[in-house]
Amino acid sequence: MNISGLLAQLFAIVMALFLAPLLTGWVGQCRAWLQSRTAPPLLQPYYMLHKLFHKDVVLAHGASSLFRVAPFVVFGCMVLACAIVPTLSTDLPFAPAADTIALVGVFGLARVFISLAAMDIGTSFGSLGGRREMLVGFLAEPALLMVIFTTAMISQSTSVATIVETLAHREFAIYPSLAFAGIAFTFVSLAENARVPVDNPATHLELTMIHEAMILEYSGRHLALIEWAASLKLYAYSCLGLALFFPWGVAAGDSFPAMLAAIPLLLLKLSIGGFLLAVIETVNAKMRIFRAPEFLGTAFLLAVLGLLVRLLLETRV
Amino acid sequence: MSGAAISFSGQLINLFASVILLLAFAMLAQRRVMPLINLFALQGATLFLSTVVVAVSTGQHHLYWSAGLTLVLKVIALPLILHRLVRRLYVKWEVESLINIPTIMLVGIGLVIIAFNVALPISQLSDTITRGTLGIALATVMLAFLMMITRTKAIPQVVGFLSMENGLFLAATSATYGMPMVVELGIALDVLVGAIILGVFFFQIRDQFDSLDIRHMERLKDL
Amino acid sequence: MDMDFFVLMLAIPLISGLLLTVVGERAWAPNLNIIASLGTFLSSALLTVGIIANGPRFAFGELFFIDSLNVLFVTVTTFVGLTTSIFSGPYMKNEQEHGRLTVPRLRLYKSMFQLFMFTMLVALTTNNMGVLWVAMEAATLTTVLLVSLYRTPASLEAAWKYFILCGVGLAQALFGTILLYFAAERVLGETGNALLWTHLIDVKGQLEPTIMALSFIFLLLGYGTKVGLAPLHNWLPDAHAEGPTPVSAVLSGLLLNVALYAILRCKALADGAIHGGFAGNLMMGFGLFTLVVAAFFLSRQKDVKRMFAYSSIEHMGLITFAFGMGGPVANFAGLLHMTMHSLTKSAIFFAVGHATQKTGTQLMEHIRGLMRINPLIGWALMLGTLAILGMPPFGVFAAEFMILTHAMKHHPWATPILLTALGVAFAAIFGKVQPMVFGETEAKPLPHAPAITPVFLHLALVLMIGLYIPPYLTRWFNEAARMLG
Repeated sequence: MNISGLLAQLFAIVMALFLAPLLTGWVGQCRAWLQSRTAPPLLQPYYMLHKLFHKDVVLAHGASSLFRVAPFVVFGCMVLACAIVPTLSTDLPFAPAADTIALVGVFGLARVFISLAAMDIGTSFGSLGGRREMLVGFLAEPALLMVIFTTAMISQSTSVATIVETLAHREFAIYPSLAFAGIAFTFVSLAENARVPVDNPATHLELTMIHEAMILEYSGRHLALIEWAASLKLYAYSCLGLALFFPWGVAAGDSFPAMLAAIPLLLLKLSIGGFLLAVIETVNAKMRIFRAPEFLGTAFLLAVLGLLVRLLLETRV
Repeated sequence: MSGAAISFSGQLINLFASVILLLAFAMLAQRRVMPLINLFALQGATLFLSTVVVAVSTGQHHLYWSAGLTLVLKVIALPLILHRLVRRLYVKWEVESLINIPTIMLVGIGLVIIAFNVALPISQLSDTITRGTLGIALATVMLAFLMMITRTKAIPQVVGFLSMENGLFLAATSATYGMPMVVELGIALDVLVGAIILGVFFFQIRDQFDSLDIRHMERLKDL
Repeated sequence: MDMDFFVLMLAIPLISGLLLTVVGERAWAPNLNIIASLGTFLSSALLTVGIIANGPRFAFGELFFIDSLNVLFVTVTTFVGLTTSIFSGPYMKNEQEHGRLTVPRLRLYKSMFQLFMFTMLVALTTNNMGVLWVAMEAATLTTVLLVSLYRTPASLEAAWKYFILCGVGLAQALFGTILLYFAAERVLGETGNALLWTHLIDVKGQLEPTIMALSFIFLLLGYGTKVGLAPLHNWLPDAHAEGPTPVSAVLSGLLLNVALYAILRCKALADGAIHGGFAGNLMMGFGLFTLVVAAFFLSRQKDVKRMFAYSSIEHMGLITFAFGMGGPVANFAGLLHMTMHSLTKSAIFFAVGHATQKTGTQLMEHIRGLMRINPLIGWALMLGTLAILGMPPFGVFAAEFMILTHAMKHHPWATPILLTALGVAFAAIFGKVQPMVFGETEAKPLPHAPAITPVFLHLALVLMIGLYIPPYLTRWFNEAARMLG
């Protein structure tokens, strides 16, 4: 590990921190266009964060220290996730830690904390949201793991960096298994990031909300951190998806010129991805919470099929 | 290992076969009649494409004929007949109730694993570029079988039956580049005649039972 | 010369079936039905004589192949077809007068009957395993229409079950056929001959055992569904009970045989490829299981046609067991038993048909005193029952005796199971038939006198073979048994 490597890693993290709200804003803007509404400014999430950071924190009476710690833990988890997902380069100092299964664990840790914090206050909405979040997570995690196993079988490794390098540098071939895994991954990402059709980030309609129900009691800088963490999560998932299924253009080393060259391509891919997300959110209606198991079951099915098809069709002795 | 060893047409065939398997699952989960028929037509179309690719890449001329047969029969004729039937029987909005989709899906995955395991030793003996898809063909047959077991309405059962035939056709193409022409023509004729007879049957069943729900059919029992 | 008879044998049912569809119901239609069946039978008989004298031969290139094995099946098929058509003349008239059938249905019945004969003859004589499958499927389709002829809820239910179960079964058989073709193509190359049985049997030792084992399992399951092997037999009692009685007769007497024939042809191939009697053991297991299941279901039946349908399942189990044992003796016994069962069971169904028509019910507790209504039918049912239960001196006894002794010698473990099942079946059937035949009743005579000749013709043949098998027949059966290996 040398100094330039550390700097590169730092650069990637900082870029994630600043790009993530921008991605959220971009998706919101695309949604507004598609729904013929007047779009909020692209930088709206920054204004939000700025406003929230300057507000006082109001804590509920029964709040324990867990409630206060949770936003920092969640934020920390998401920063770590963004740091180990290859965004610009695969060869960063954190890359050896970037095991996909560990990555799923990091997301799981954040989920546990935010659910516990939601239940901590003891309001009905908080515990409702927490339970629903656990339900979704419980179903989404196996599907995500299956997706990852499929890609891991292709590259014979669970390290994200190795997977991306293998996938990016193979010759072009149609992998039905990857197609299945890609669709499954999209489903899981929608559920995990509290997006339509599983959840709607823009609603506070009490019967349907999941993520928003959990953070109703947060305010001030706590809320800012959680909102920022949500943006980072979307960013991390997007980058992971791009890295697994569209890995071209990610730099292999930690040299700055290579990384700078990878930025425009990343921005392009992210903006296309964000636009597609907005399209998905526009054409689908939010489904009832009881349909979510079916939705995620489908994702799991696709992921398992991908794995099986991989075993049957694409392995040759 | 790795996909580099498979030619481009082989990859296409694998892709189509995977899509056929996926459609089999989609049919298993589809509760409504009309989308089910459309899925069946789509499966037929995928089968047609895959057969054409096999025909082009291997230069087996009789496969063009079987591909044409698939197109005419399974993409055009049978879905049309089924659509007409559904309209004339007024069951367009019929929804299958009482099926537990997640459980069926899990059973389906189990069947796929069994099918793949059964087919693997055989397909390793084959030297066709389509050999890998034999497992998918067997899985499709088994999923169609599962669909016939789990459905309580007459039309979905028949769609399952026809989908089973799709799987068999895929098996014939993948293991041996298709059966001899005379056999394939005979099979196609049987399927067509069978579908027409069943069409007549639907009307009789509805007249006698006032419904196409075959749960009404439980008078004949031994015990 | 023989070939002309062969063409005639296939052409007569096809043409007359189409003709009966086109011209509709006329006064002479039943006679045409009988004449066509007679023509088919005569040409098959002449074909048989030629085959036995001159040995096996091909027709239409190599598409059809006739040897002493399938010519036996062909003869039985056409003969029972002939007697059934004679029987169904007055029977169907009675049904019509009872208001159970309309004129268009009668037309459907006759044309489908002839087409059904055609598909079975094609299945029996084809050399191509794929065409065999196609013909079996076509036979299913025609019989589905025959079973649902009354259009009652029960008959529709039976026909639906029949179609779905046999459709699924035959799908398995098709998969088995595909695997067979796959195995054959590796040896024979892509010549298009790879499904011809005569080519396959020449190279049977070179077929890949793994594929052949899987292929045979699928083929046995598939065609076994049509034979009525347990646990795939569910369609059979329903279809027999709810269809018209002549259809029950041909289903039991003929269709099951044809399906069994398909299995036998496949077994010959599987035996050549797989050593250690894999196919035979599988068939013995299925046969024994079927026998036991059917025997125990027999005692619970209330419907007379259902009961005899279970009796058919029982006998098919026994025959499958016999062929599973293999070897000249067991094969001879299996063939003999199959022939005897076809003749006896169709005779029983003829008698049962008249009995149910007279009493207007199929429930055995309401059928009483057949001896008083019509002694001929009473005696026919009694004798037929005794024959099917394996009483000496009927031919079924001879066949069962051979099977049992052979089993005792080579598979002694199976003997107690066989004897128990046969004993249970005997008690069940005899206990129910006896009060039907002897008892009090006040049923009225029927408008059309029953055709009783076919019943006694069949029983006389069964009796004759039980007492004395002509040397000509012995040679023929031995030759056919040898074909099975």
